[in-house]
Amino acid sequence: MKKRVPILTLWAGILLSSLGYAQTQPHVFRGATLIPIAGSPITNGLLVVQNGKILAIGPASQVKVPAGAVEIDARGKVIMPGLVDTHSHIGEGSGGDRTSTLNPEVRIVDALNPYSDTFKKALAGGITTVNIMPGSGHLMSGQTAYLKLREARRIEDMLFTDIDGICGGMKMANGTNPIGAPPFSGTRGKSAALVRQLFTEAQEYGRKIKAAETDTTKQRPTRDLRMEALQEILSGKRVVHFHTHQANDVLTAIRLSQEFGFRVVLHHVSEGWKVADEIAKAGVPSSIIVIDSPGGKVEAIDYSSTNGAMLEKAGAVVGFHTDDGVTDSRFFIRGAAMAVRNGMSREKALEALTIVGANMLDLKQRVGSLEVGKDADLVVLSGDPLSVYTHVEQTWVEGIKRFDRSNEQDHKYAVGGFDAYRGIFDYHNH
Amino acid sequence: MKPIHKLFTIYLFTLGSLGANAQIAIKGETIYTMAGQPLKNGVVLVKDGKIEAVGTNVRIPANYQTYSAKVVTPGLVDAHTTLGLAGALNVDAVQDQLETSNAIQPELRAIDAYNPNDPLVAYARSLGVTTVHTGHGPGALISGQTMITKTSGQTVGPALLDTTTMIAMTLTDAVRSNFKTPGTRAKSVAMLRTELMAAQEYRKKMENTDASKHPSRNLKMEYLSGLLSGQYKALISAHKATDISSALRLAQEFGLQMVLDGAAEAYLLVDEIKAAGIPVIIHPTMMRAGGDTKNASMETAAVLAKAGIPIAIQSGFEGYVPRTRIILYEAGIAASNGLSFEQALAAITINAAKIIGQDRRVGSLEKGKDADLVLFDGDPFEYTSHVCKVIIDGKIESDKCK
Repeated sequence: MKKRVPILTLWAGILLSSLGYAQTQPHVFRGATLIPIAGSPITNGLLVVQNGKILAIGPASQVKVPAGAVEIDARGKVIMPGLVDTHSHIGEGSGGDRTSTLNPEVRIVDALNPYSDTFKKALAGGITTVNIMPGSGHLMSGQTAYLKLREARRIEDMLFTDIDGICGGMKMANGTNPIGAPPFSGTRGKSAALVRQLFTEAQEYGRKIKAAETDTTKQRPTRDLRMEALQEILSGKRVVHFHTHQANDVLTAIRLSQEFGFRVVLHHVSEGWKVADEIAKAGVPSSIIVIDSPGGKVEAIDYSSTNGAMLEKAGAVVGFHTDDGVTDSRFFIRGAAMAVRNGMSREKALEALTIVGANMLDLKQRVGSLEVGKDADLVVLSGDPLSVYTHVEQTWVEGIKRFDRSNEQDHKYAVGGFDAYRGIFDYHNH
Repeated sequence: MKPIHKLFTIYLFTLGSLGANAQIAIKGETIYTMAGQPLKNGVVLVKDGKIEAVGTNVRIPANYQTYSAKVVTPGLVDAHTTLGLAGALNVDAVQDQLETSNAIQPELRAIDAYNPNDPLVAYARSLGVTTVHTGHGPGALISGQTMITKTSGQTVGPALLDTTTMIAMTLTDAVRSNFKTPGTRAKSVAMLRTELMAAQEYRKKMENTDASKHPSRNLKMEYLSGLLSGQYKALISAHKATDISSALRLAQEFGLQMVLDGAAEAYLLVDEIKAAGIPVIIHPTMMRAGGDTKNASMETAAVLAKAGIPIAIQSGFEGYVPRTRIILYEAGIAASNGLSFEQALAAITINAAKIIGQDRRVGSLEKGKDADLVLFDGDPFEYTSHVCKVIIDGKIESDKCK
């Protein structure tokens, strides 16, 4: 009888790990160059993770390895935090439909497919946290979802918070993408007017709720999903992710955020370099994309690959996104490297892939740097992150290895090949 | 009077040559000539737009303007692009790579559409692209012709290397969405066979020594005759293995000089492609995978090169953004996915030049060839390296590190 207990325990342990639960046994990555983002790189480092969290990090000489730790030889490798993609369209989701241009009540999380192999593509690119957005064909296309790329059967199990809580931001757009026949706006002026009208109504709704809370004679307004989502924005709990390209549209987005006091992250910001000082002065962060040649839409024709450098120089906060499939999740780090080629500092570019993105999603307590107590999300690289010859070798999410290039199927996810992916990589117009 | 007059003439001559082709020397810590081993601390001399000398023991004449770089390569050759036809903006006014009134139009000439002033031409040039094989894009059974030009100049003509190079053909799913017919793969092949057979008849009639028996001139039939005679090569875009097989079958049936283009699933037909002796201009390594290209792999270049199949890497056609891909970047990704550095560089220089039939003029740094060079401040493929000078026909066309 006595003998059976450990066997059962072992069996339970295997079952648990195969279901993707955090391992209880500590794992130690030994010998790598660690880029913690919080602090300078550490050569010959030690990184200890347990129960999905970072237990210890530092030079080999200074970190105590717990007894019974699983050793991972990471000599010659570079380890950095799991990457945060602040704007992506993986997961096969969609937002509002063509009946309205303002869709605050629509949640993309209700559409996402946790089995989608597009998540594998992101993991192959070193991405562990992603903001999945509905498209830019509406002034407000719906609520976005902040996901951790855990293995899951239900989308709820990929969220950072409860699905009934605030588990994402709000996607908004201006410029030419949301322009269309009514009920869509036909001009830029109308676009702004429709948004202002909506936020004005939301302010009124908020006043009624407040009144009912302080005055028992006042009736609480009827529940309204649209207005409720907007209250979260007005109270600063839900961030607006604002698609915008042309310099005047960028300033319109900032103007709207200031009028209604909502928190905003600017996305794409193709002409951001033209108004970098204004963006910096407004204290508004920019999530930018790096593409290989200019052109495309008229409003983005002045896109410059020096955007990151010029925003950095102006003192603005810069993060990156893939907008997958506009750029491929597997080339997320490459985008940062190309920004460095075009004048951005190496330090800011690496932050832009990690902690800056985490902060844009209000998740910097959990992800974006290698610090004790944070989620054990990490990327094992074969060399310098900014080199073309470097590969993502492994991607770990909360202490679980989710991608391993040495595995045949994972290798296919990284490079493609026959039936590497089931579906078609969807991409829409941005 | 006489000496002054003589001086004046010399002065005029010097001025003229400075404007067009100054005599220059390029010193490189590493020079990839693409004709033999790379040179360490070598020199390339350029005279009147041509390469005068290349080597490690080359004396630089006193009157030569000297430039130095970490790495020097030949000007990059984009083996297949739609630059100059697919313009920088996503608006119809500047999109001339595909005409959808008819699925078979070999008579559409690239020179009648190429716009050397499109901003993307200058952009690609600033990143080292000096020669392009460009023209009508994929998307029609026969979309038109291709041409070869340097990326310099503001008018089509002076920089032209070849007016009609290949006839651009497509066997992909895109064709049936662009046209009412063909609506199926089998119909696509049937339509092409029908036209090529008509061209065989036309050609036969035109060979009649009695000119009065000749049919009236027909542009479409003339170009298809040129295709049949091998005067023009067949650039066949196909991605799925089924379509690549159809392309090989067509080429064999009609004796076409074929170049396989795109070829996402070429790795499934390595032996067949090799046996047919066909070169492959592979899709951009970072191409979006989807539809016909769903099974694309970043390792295809390496697989084909390993089998000894001649390859080049193209920028291709982009329907959205980036409006053009850059072969330097695409080759870099191939180099990090199994292709050797030299093979990757060859795929955008000498091997590309060979596939488009211009290796006597471009693609390598050899005496007598066009003085097209790119100067880098580091490994050309590294993300954080820069293209610092681009020289075309001995003239500096770009000198900002990009």
